[in-house]
Amino acid sequence: MNVEIRQMRTAAEQALADAFARHKDRLAKPAAIGALREAAFARFEASGLPHRRVEEWKYTDLRALMREAVPLAAPPDTNERARAREAGRFIDEAGARRIVLVNGVFAPELSDLSDLDPGLTIGALADRLSRADGAVPGAPGALDEDTAVSLNTAFMGDGAVIAVAPGATIGRPLHIVSVVTAASPCAVFARSLVDIGNDAQMTLIESHEGPADLAYQVNSVLQLAAGDKARLDHVKVVREGGRALHIGTLMATAGADAALNTFVFTVGGAVVRNQLAIVLNGERTEAHVGGASLLRGSQHADNTLVVDHAVPHCTSREVFKSVVDGDARSVFQGKIVVRPNAQKTDGKMAAHALLLSESAEADAKPELEIFADDVVCGHGATAGALDGELLFYLKARGIPQKQAEALMIEAFVGEAVEGIANGAVREALMQTVSGWLAARG
Amino acid sequence: MPAVQETVEQVRRIDVDQYKYGFETPIESEKAPKGLSEDIVRFISEKKNEPQWMLDWRLDAYRRWLTMREPAWARVSYPKIDFQNIYYYAAPKKFKAPKSLDEVDPEILRTYEKLGIPLREQEILAGVVREDGSTPSKVAVDAVFDSVSVATTFKEELKKAGVIFMPISEALREHPELVRRYIGTVVPVTDNFYATLNSAVFSDGSFVYVPAGVRCPMELSTYFRINEKNTGQFERTLIIADKGSYVSYLEGCTAPQRDENQLHAAVVELITLDDAEIKYSTVQNWYPGDSEGRGGVYNFVTKRGDCRGRNAKISWTQVETGSAITWKYPSCILRGDNSRGEFYSIAISNGHQQVDSGTKMIHLGKNTTSRIISKGIAAGKSQNTYRGLVSAHRKATGARNFTNCDSLLVGDKCGAHTVPYIEARNSSAVFEHEATTSKISADMLFYCRQRGLSAEEATALVVNGFVKDVLQQLPMEFAVEAQKLISISLEGSVG
Repeated sequence: MNVEIRQMRTAAEQALADAFARHKDRLAKPAAIGALREAAFARFEASGLPHRRVEEWKYTDLRALMREAVPLAAPPDTNERARAREAGRFIDEAGARRIVLVNGVFAPELSDLSDLDPGLTIGALADRLSRADGAVPGAPGALDEDTAVSLNTAFMGDGAVIAVAPGATIGRPLHIVSVVTAASPCAVFARSLVDIGNDAQMTLIESHEGPADLAYQVNSVLQLAAGDKARLDHVKVVREGGRALHIGTLMATAGADAALNTFVFTVGGAVVRNQLAIVLNGERTEAHVGGASLLRGSQHADNTLVVDHAVPHCTSREVFKSVVDGDARSVFQGKIVVRPNAQKTDGKMAAHALLLSESAEADAKPELEIFADDVVCGHGATAGALDGELLFYLKARGIPQKQAEALMIEAFVGEAVEGIANGAVREALMQTVSGWLAARG
Repeated sequence: MPAVQETVEQVRRIDVDQYKYGFETPIESEKAPKGLSEDIVRFISEKKNEPQWMLDWRLDAYRRWLTMREPAWARVSYPKIDFQNIYYYAAPKKFKAPKSLDEVDPEILRTYEKLGIPLREQEILAGVVREDGSTPSKVAVDAVFDSVSVATTFKEELKKAGVIFMPISEALREHPELVRRYIGTVVPVTDNFYATLNSAVFSDGSFVYVPAGVRCPMELSTYFRINEKNTGQFERTLIIADKGSYVSYLEGCTAPQRDENQLHAAVVELITLDDAEIKYSTVQNWYPGDSEGRGGVYNFVTKRGDCRGRNAKISWTQVETGSAITWKYPSCILRGDNSRGEFYSIAISNGHQQVDSGTKMIHLGKNTTSRIISKGIAAGKSQNTYRGLVSAHRKATGARNFTNCDSLLVGDKCGAHTVPYIEARNSSAVFEHEATTSKISADMLFYCRQRGLSAEEATALVVNGFVKDVLQQLPMEFAVEAQKLISISLEGSVG
């Protein structure tokens, strides 16, 4: 078990190395960004694709799940752009301003950039990267050395750059629609930067989708910085196609007296990994981190998060729920870190999994890492089937088995979705839950 | 409130040094040459007069060990261990399997007397009252001193009941078929780095076999003592409870105070067949090092129980207060249908101690149940980690687990961590896990202080309340001892 084995490069690792070499001309410029990419790719080369012996990837063995690396996506042509027009409409009720990324490329003509609220600016990452001084902020804390983030840094091409000026309240939600419309398998490396100034407020929706029968790969990073007294409501919806591999990383920092709410909803994709690294840098900040996954078939979804209490007097709440049917597998890894001086921290984390079939699997690892003594921290985790007695109660009142199950599942997921502030978004997600349940038959 | 009175007295009696078992017994000992090689393995095997198959088994383990690397995943840090700078075998000189206690070196007897371990049956039976007013209880003891077992009490009486209780080196000669059938079946030779090392060089330990239908008439216990300098202790314990039997086993350990670190890498294997039950309790009190973090024992132990039969049960209870570094995960493999595993633990760390401990409950059979209650208390500059796994196999229909792990922090320079792994592969499995971390509530302390308790007494009272769930699981004699230990470990942590 502990015998040292030197792994050979896998086919996927080789393909990534080839891609990096092939696109070198484009990736190496300007020099500052080129050096950043070089260093990031060197980190990836040193570690390779993470496997089950790498603690953070224990339950999502990427070396096994990512057998091959598909070619980098080419800039989208007219057809591909046209096909993106209807993406992300499921949540239209929220009346959000659309910012569309087609195959990872910012598409202004598909985006709604008119009449921007005062204090709001929206741009493309590609523009930022092409400037000689176009610095990209470094990754905060826990995911510094993460392989997926390193790969994203090495290959990132485009994304949205959003800034909210201090004191501005952006009334209309923003919706970053990430859609893959390519005809052949491709890899998308997108990165978006969101900067919310002191005292500013915003709601941000992020959705990911693509063709149902295409084996494409998405590695997306969202870097978020919220200033003092800022308020951000963020919802990410993963509706990728049935053969897609999606690795999405949220890296967020929050200042003092801020409110940071983030929710990740996973319903699509063959292999999905949502990574969240949240650093609370200012006192009295409150973070609510939630998630729900609805999985069936042979889907694999992993929610991995690290909430880092770096300063005193912060509060964090984490609630994750997963419903697992068929041969699917849900993974939850959560960690609350309380730094030595972060006294009076209040952290609570809960992870619940509902197993609907014989061969479903749920793995949970809710961790606490505490270095300060005057704190209240707790976590709870459960896994199990639907409560037989509740089912019986409903059936005794004439409700058919499937419908009774659906009622209970809806209530189970609803509890997590409830935490989302925006009513229209909540509604849209519950619609998705109903759709998922209807497809269950 | 007797607990409080006890605590107060105990605290008063302790020196600044806190560790009262740190004395050294001046006794000449015979050692194998320093370092580890095939020759040393042969030397140990020869010393023990072992059969050829055992030597082959050891050599196989040694060769495999050479290809392994030390595990690094635990949340502990320590300088690299030089495995060639340790004596792998040390036995009191003149030591030739004594027939009666009269032949045992009086120095050793005095050592055990000082540690409060009753080795004289007559004394126990006669109900002699000790100086401190207590009477020794009737417990059969196997005393292991460095690499050899020096005495085993109540052998005759146990024999009448059919229970085999003897040093494992003796069992290898007298009951080779039993040992061969079970050894290494729970913790395989190549299980992990330290277990493999132990398989190659283990020197002594206890062997217990409780035949079918027998309820062991008394508590069995082993007392481990590391005495020699620069030695490692590698004991191996094997307990088999045959169908429908029951045994309760206690384990205690201490070591002298030294500036260097000593290695203790034990393997404990428990096997319960149909309807059998083993209750295994440990009070671990190895030398924890001084207040600067110098010295102390590295306690790298592999303990695992296998519920092989239907309705089998294994229960681990541990009170961990000693050792500079603890790396220990007593586990249960719940193979038989309806089998049950339990783990009750109190881990207290102070000074510069590092604890990474927990359990594994592996549900394989149908309707298997397990329960984990873990209480970690970190004080001083120590780091205390709970690491546990609960998993249900595809076929483990109806598996059920309840886990509760709480941590208490005393002071602002220590750390408490929880790393639970929960793996459910069966939809009818029901797993519940909860954990909390907090500091001793100021309200509680204030309430106690108001009623005239000193800060230390109040802390000890609150802590005793915090760990009560676990203490209740200990056999009577141990519970009292454990309660005292808790106050020792926390002394000096207030303020």
